[in-house]
Amino acid sequence: MSQVMDHGIYWLCIVLMMIGLYTVISRDNLVKKIMGLNIFQVSVIMFYVSMGKISGGTPPILVPKDQPGAAEVVYSNPLPHVLMLTAIVVGVATTALGLALVVRIQEMYGTVEEDEIIEMDRTE
Amino acid sequence: MSGLDPLAGVDSANGRRDPMRMQEKLVLRIVSKATVPFILLFALYVQFHGDFGPGGGFQAGVIFAAGLILYGVIFGLDMLERVAPPRVVEFGIALGILIYGGVGVVSLFLGHGDAPAGNFLDYNGLAHDPVHGQHLGILLVELGVGITVTAAMLAIFYMFAGRRMVERPEFGAPEEDQP
Amino acid sequence: MSAKQQTSGLAMIELILFVLLVATAVVVARLRDLFAAVMLTGIFSLVSAGLFTLMDAVDVAFTEAAVGAGISTILMLGTLSLTARREEQQPVRLLPFLVVILVGGALIAGTVDMPAYGALEAPIHQHPMYNEFITGTEQKVHLPNVVTAVLASYRGYDTFGETTVVFAAAIGVFLVLGGRRKKSAKIDGGTP
Repeated sequence: MSQVMDHGIYWLCIVLMMIGLYTVISRDNLVKKIMGLNIFQVSVIMFYVSMGKISGGTPPILVPKDQPGAAEVVYSNPLPHVLMLTAIVVGVATTALGLALVVRIQEMYGTVEEDEIIEMDRTE
Repeated sequence: MSGLDPLAGVDSANGRRDPMRMQEKLVLRIVSKATVPFILLFALYVQFHGDFGPGGGFQAGVIFAAGLILYGVIFGLDMLERVAPPRVVEFGIALGILIYGGVGVVSLFLGHGDAPAGNFLDYNGLAHDPVHGQHLGILLVELGVGITVTAAMLAIFYMFAGRRMVERPEFGAPEEDQP
Repeated sequence: MSAKQQTSGLAMIELILFVLLVATAVVVARLRDLFAAVMLTGIFSLVSAGLFTLMDAVDVAFTEAAVGAGISTILMLGTLSLTARREEQQPVRLLPFLVVILVGGALIAGTVDMPAYGALEAPIHQHPMYNEFITGTEQKVHLPNVVTAVLASYRGYDTFGETTVVFAAAIGVFLVLGGRRKKSAKIDGGTP
């Protein structure tokens, strides 16, 4: 039971990650694959951020020193936040590049279904 | 080929692109006209208040780009290109990185205290006082990030939104977009 | 309300939001109407932003809300307008399902000896850099937002490289989708 209490959040992250992975490897539609990639990405970000959390902590925005009780404040770890902040922006950049490639594939093949594209390549 | 165009109205009955359809929606026009200035103002607040509260260059850049894209989706690409010309946007992508790298190079040459020279992206020497140097460095660096992100997102949007007009001549020439 | 009750209440909200997130992801994966799926990815991003706020990552939540619900959705819609709006029917495949179960099982087995969620004793919070980021920001940088200070000052190189990635992505999209949209382009537009 304590395992579930301690690691339940991580398991949910992994479930989310597997939904993303399944979408990426099983779907033929390329746009759907990119959506799966986005789900996967959010799950990884969630996993990182959940490791930086301290129960009873506050967001890492410093409380002024002269405020009463400022010495006892516990801040959640800022490092995962910083790393994931950059990951999100890189993620949207890669998504944009992927979608651009999808658009080009549509123009060249007339379809974005992977099986049809492979079929076309084979018959050529 | 899609029967219905989600981004800008395509009349699926006759397959012809109807550029006026989005612009005829009065509620969308009025609401977006009222909100776009505040979105842009909020982006600037996020940019320059990022040192004190949540926010920073990335968020500000994305929000600023989103505000401009909203304007472009509602009023048409030509109107947006008048506000943010593609040439300026392309320039901005490089400008942001240049500001960022420039701050790094300047801090490379400015030492503080006993050190005759600093390190790359070490902001201590940027002002008479190391703490002020840090403030100035972070502000400039975040500004560079904000400019690059805004310009990159807008440029990518231009690429995707302009694509349709180039590749689908049967939907009508781009000149017809002019109201 | 005591601090302990408050923590368990927050954990409850966290759990509900997470289940909502997983449910949204399942629907996105199953829907064949891509337009609806794109709209749901916007909701997915907003729910995950809520979760990030509960996990004290306010900056991450901010970015996720702006990026996921704003830019990503617009780009996906732009792509859909150029490609198909519906996904083709496809047979159910067993192999991907098996792979996913195996990988997921292995990952869950890997979490068993991880430190508990939210524990102060976790190595990540005991590392000297954690203290350095908090007190160093207070003394050397003098800014309230630790995330901004770490992002721009402590990890300035990282952020520089990462801004370059955004730059490179924009250049990549330029290269893939071809130069500037010009009126003359429609002359040699030809058949799509």
